[in-house]
Amino acid sequence: MTAYVFRRLGLLLVSLLVAAVVIFVLLRMLPGDPANALVAVGATKEQIAAARHAVGSDQPLPAQFVTWIGQLARLDLGTSFVSGLPVGPQLVQRLVVTVPLTLLGFVLAVLIAAPVGFVAARFSRSAVGIVFSAASQLGVAVPVFWVGILLVWGFALHWHLLPAGGFPQEDWSAPGQALRSLTLPVITIAIVMSSSVARYVRAGCIEILGSDFIRTFRALGSSFGSAMLRHGMKSVAVPVISVLGIELATTFLGAVVIENVFALPGLGSLLVTGIAQHDYPTIQGVLLLTTLIVLIVGFLADLTQRLIDPRLRGAHR
Amino acid sequence: MTDHDLLSDAALEVPAARRPRRGAPGTLIAGCILLGLVITVALVSYVHLPYPPQQIGGGRLQPPSRAHWLGTDTLGRDLFSQLMVGARIALAAGGGSVLLGGIIGVVLGLAAAFAQRWLDDAIAAVLDILIAFPTLLLAMLIVAARGATLGSAIVAIGLAMSAIVARLTRILAKRVLSTQYVTAAATSGTGWLGVILRHVLPNIWPTLIVNLALQFGLAVLAEASLSYLGLGAPPPNASWGRLLQQAQGTVYSAPVGAIAPGVALVVLVLGANLLADGLRDVLDPTRRSR
Repeated sequence: MTAYVFRRLGLLLVSLLVAAVVIFVLLRMLPGDPANALVAVGATKEQIAAARHAVGSDQPLPAQFVTWIGQLARLDLGTSFVSGLPVGPQLVQRLVVTVPLTLLGFVLAVLIAAPVGFVAARFSRSAVGIVFSAASQLGVAVPVFWVGILLVWGFALHWHLLPAGGFPQEDWSAPGQALRSLTLPVITIAIVMSSSVARYVRAGCIEILGSDFIRTFRALGSSFGSAMLRHGMKSVAVPVISVLGIELATTFLGAVVIENVFALPGLGSLLVTGIAQHDYPTIQGVLLLTTLIVLIVGFLADLTQRLIDPRLRGAHR
Repeated sequence: MTDHDLLSDAALEVPAARRPRRGAPGTLIAGCILLGLVITVALVSYVHLPYPPQQIGGGRLQPPSRAHWLGTDTLGRDLFSQLMVGARIALAAGGGSVLLGGIIGVVLGLAAAFAQRWLDDAIAAVLDILIAFPTLLLAMLIVAARGATLGSAIVAIGLAMSAIVARLTRILAKRVLSTQYVTAAATSGTGWLGVILRHVLPNIWPTLIVNLALQFGLAVLAEASLSYLGLGAPPPNASWGRLLQQAQGTVYSAPVGAIAPGVALVVLVLGANLLADGLRDVLDPTRRSR
């Protein structure tokens, strides 16, 4: 197990390095010199040259890359070309919005999906199963930002129950108010995400229901519920967790869109403005941090699976 | 050896008694109807539109009426006409991405499956990393680099999709290549192209088609998201995502504008997903619809 963890961590670092190269190369395909962000329209050649020197875009690309990787190794994400502020602290500030948004949406989605998928599997041949199938098909096909718009219309504009957007409490000094701002975005995420997770839970439960060991428990007189809860859950959990890992990562990325619907000052809105302003350090920082989080989530999902399922531990993949 | 063996091992463990009876799958029919509806609307939009989509007139934010079936937008343009034109964009985005991602993905996946061990390992590792890399963010970068056009969006979504298709193709192809009949064919002098055409492709296409139909729906949603963020086809193109973005600010006074494009998106994506489910049932009788 320890060897596996180290091997997996090594892979994570290599992946991160590859991602850094991809991000760097792709960003250099962006049209326009990053120095343009610094100078006014009609700047003299000297001013432009000074700006290029200031942001380092007068250096050859390999030199720029080495400089950037060197900074990264020292956990320095550079300073924003536009605001002149260091990128690192800015990212942390944005995470204060994005991370609670993603995690709360994720937890709510799982809390909805697990029982719903379980019940849908139990009654898969009846009307309940058909209603579930229809609802989950619909949930998978719905654009997440549309759900957000409809919820704002109903709960914020029509019934005035919750704020339509914005996030006044960036330091969480009044958690109640902050949570109120996050309620609609979290529900939006949960609605869309729970429908796809519930489909996997249902598929997993149906699979296990047909297995010999559950049939034996049922024959020995345990009820459907206790057979599943006491013996089937672990088996269902293994495939579902790998899906959950992917879903959590997807949700984190989907936050880019959700944050735009609700005007939340998270990582997503930082990235969108960064792209518009050619602010390379900010874009690089957001993308790298996002990739790192996605990789860590995948790592944790793999690890959890192995902890639950001893059969996976011996296998070398 | 038939297609069934190539599908997930889990499918093989399903007890015979739980398999559904074969029949005309309702999902396939429903999927065809929904997709057909959108395709018809897109085709009709080339022949006839109630109003030119950019024509301003008839008052701003009008509710639905006989003159304007879905009312008008903030500039007084007919919403139904814009929605019809949007169908073209949605279909082009989905179809274009699937075509691009499908071709690159299948070729790359087959190449990896046939390549030397080290090259195969390298491609597999890169694919895993690419898949872990945020798709939407990758798309946003490519769109930013190439300028926000429909073409950029298609290239971006197609490229991101190709990694997923390539990984699937590689796994499926490798399973076929490890069978004895392929060894027999190769020993008796069939070239690699012959093996691909006669053995690999016929065995893997059912799974690929089902996957590509699912990818179509995802691509439509991705394009809508990009357009919603202002990174898709630029104005005045009436992408459904952009229509939603425009209507968001006036959802209270003119709700139809914020509802109709969303419904259109759901119809198209649902159609593609149902089609995929139906195809899976038809092409692979061992797998139950889920």
